[in-house]
Amino acid sequence: MAGHSNYVPKTGLARWLDQRLPVIRLMNDHFVTFPTPKNLNFWYTFGAILAVMLVVQVVTGIVLAMHYVPTADLAFGSVEQHIMREVNYGWLIRSLHASGASMLFLAVYIHMGRGLYYGSYKAPREILWILGVFIYLLLMATAFFGYTLQWGQMSYWAATVITSLFSAFDQIIPHFGTALSTWVRGDYAVGDATVNRFFALHYLLPFVIAGVVGLHIWALHVTGNGNPLGIEVKGPQDTIPFHPWYTVKDAFYLTLFLIVFLAIVFYAPNFFGNPDNYIPANPLVTPSEIRPEWYLLPFYAMLRAVPNTLLGVLVLFSALLTPLFIPWLDTSKVRSYRFRPVMKQLFWVFVATCILLGYVGAQTTDAAWHLGEVDIPLVWLARLATLYYFAFFWALMPWIGKKEVTRPVPESIAQSVLKKGAVLTKGGEQ
Amino acid sequence: MANPPTPEPTRRDFLYIATGAAATLGVGFAAWPFIDSMNPSSAVLAMASIEVDLSAIQPGQQVIFKWRGHPLFVRRRTPKEIAAARAVSPSDLPDGLARNANLTESAPATDANRTIKPEWLVVVGVCTHLGCTPAVSTRESPQGAYGGWLCHCHGSDFDASGRIRKGPAPQNLAVPPYAFIGPTKIKIG
Repeated sequence: MAGHSNYVPKTGLARWLDQRLPVIRLMNDHFVTFPTPKNLNFWYTFGAILAVMLVVQVVTGIVLAMHYVPTADLAFGSVEQHIMREVNYGWLIRSLHASGASMLFLAVYIHMGRGLYYGSYKAPREILWILGVFIYLLLMATAFFGYTLQWGQMSYWAATVITSLFSAFDQIIPHFGTALSTWVRGDYAVGDATVNRFFALHYLLPFVIAGVVGLHIWALHVTGNGNPLGIEVKGPQDTIPFHPWYTVKDAFYLTLFLIVFLAIVFYAPNFFGNPDNYIPANPLVTPSEIRPEWYLLPFYAMLRAVPNTLLGVLVLFSALLTPLFIPWLDTSKVRSYRFRPVMKQLFWVFVATCILLGYVGAQTTDAAWHLGEVDIPLVWLARLATLYYFAFFWALMPWIGKKEVTRPVPESIAQSVLKKGAVLTKGGEQ
Repeated sequence: MANPPTPEPTRRDFLYIATGAAATLGVGFAAWPFIDSMNPSSAVLAMASIEVDLSAIQPGQQVIFKWRGHPLFVRRRTPKEIAAARAVSPSDLPDGLARNANLTESAPATDANRTIKPEWLVVVGVCTHLGCTPAVSTRESPQGAYGGWLCHCHGSDFDASGRIRKGPAPQNLAVPPYAFIGPTKIKIG
């Protein structure tokens, strides 16, 4: 889709700049005239929403870093007393940053779900998808470091559990795992050294993410956008310029998204939080219930579903890395699940599975559902759900892709759009 | 263009390989200070050993000290608890090794191997699963089914010898290196 540029500098100064550093041409070609499929729906607006949310996190984060103190003794107070109560508008900036992280993950999950449903990972967009998975993994690391910095009880014990994951490697090479986890912490336990380095990394990673986002958009603009029909653009009749059509569409849904975000910031700033994190970190007392932030719960449930530590850790990492392989696991010739009746059902089961895992991750380890006389231990539900998570990608995706009878795919985007219009004028929804 | 026949290695090939190897080695050496700087500093290591007075601890009571940033459980066990712990054979345990830093690594997990004096159990209060602090079981508030500790994070259940009996923890609670330096005084680390 990287067609030739149709930018014409209008002034002498613009022409002078264009011959030396064509930044205006670059912006024009990629964010103004960029040919974009006509049929992108609501679900495609989350890319722009994510870009804005990343900027929100970086800007609020830089200001917070000016007031935050990364030591075990002072971290909690520098957030709860200094930033929340003393710094001008500190309460606002902190709430934007804390709730903003959750909203960013909400948008990420929708964006990834959209990519999955419309087959956006399939050739020629494999690299685009893989870069997206890298961004997701980096976001999780960044969010985890940031959550630790608040230095409440949940922060402290989340950091302890996550850094202890490395010690599971003791089961492969004795003492190596423990040495690795001590190295990560800079101490035998999570402490001063840990919070200080997590702060450094928390400040660094967003810029790494911004770099990978740049590559992600570059890859997107080489292949061009996918679209809900999952068919390639065949010519100019299938596209419209990015501006004003999609700038306006993105801006509209961004506004709706921001209304929800700001409603949470102003009226329910603790909506995503955990009350135990208002207790300062105490290395000698583990809270009776520890749980990560909501966006990590499904993986936490998988970790707990496995009785062996090392296997649990391996399951966790496999679950995180599995999306990298999707472009080659899906064997179907049709991209969009809209035309794949079986895959579509399996996709929604997958979504339900992730929500179920998230639910189980938030419950106690010995929790059970009581159905009359029968008790269903939630850990068994988590095991079944974990099984489905892996089966969906590693078994069903390759197998269904070959067996499934797909519905007819439209000839072109333009034809489909026009036909839909015709049906609508007759007064019927397709 | 067809591939020319593989030429004899020249002086230049040797120089390429030698330069590459030297550069790799150099990068490795240069990286080490940065990697090692993330290990515990001398300030942390200076706090690595502590002395503890046990005289105030009552039978059946556990006191938690802080050692290397971790909780350290010192439990004065009752004769009943000792007897119960001794009644178990190491071969019936999920982890059959003593995990006692004062003994060899292959020492079996008998109760005798878990202590220096049977009355005093000294273990690191870090669940070997994922590092939470297990809750102690007392007469007033029993925890778990084995009368030792229960880890609330993921449900690991330990007996009064600090040995894993049920749940995801792979190992018994670690016995740190320690020695009695008086009748009721120990040095840990």
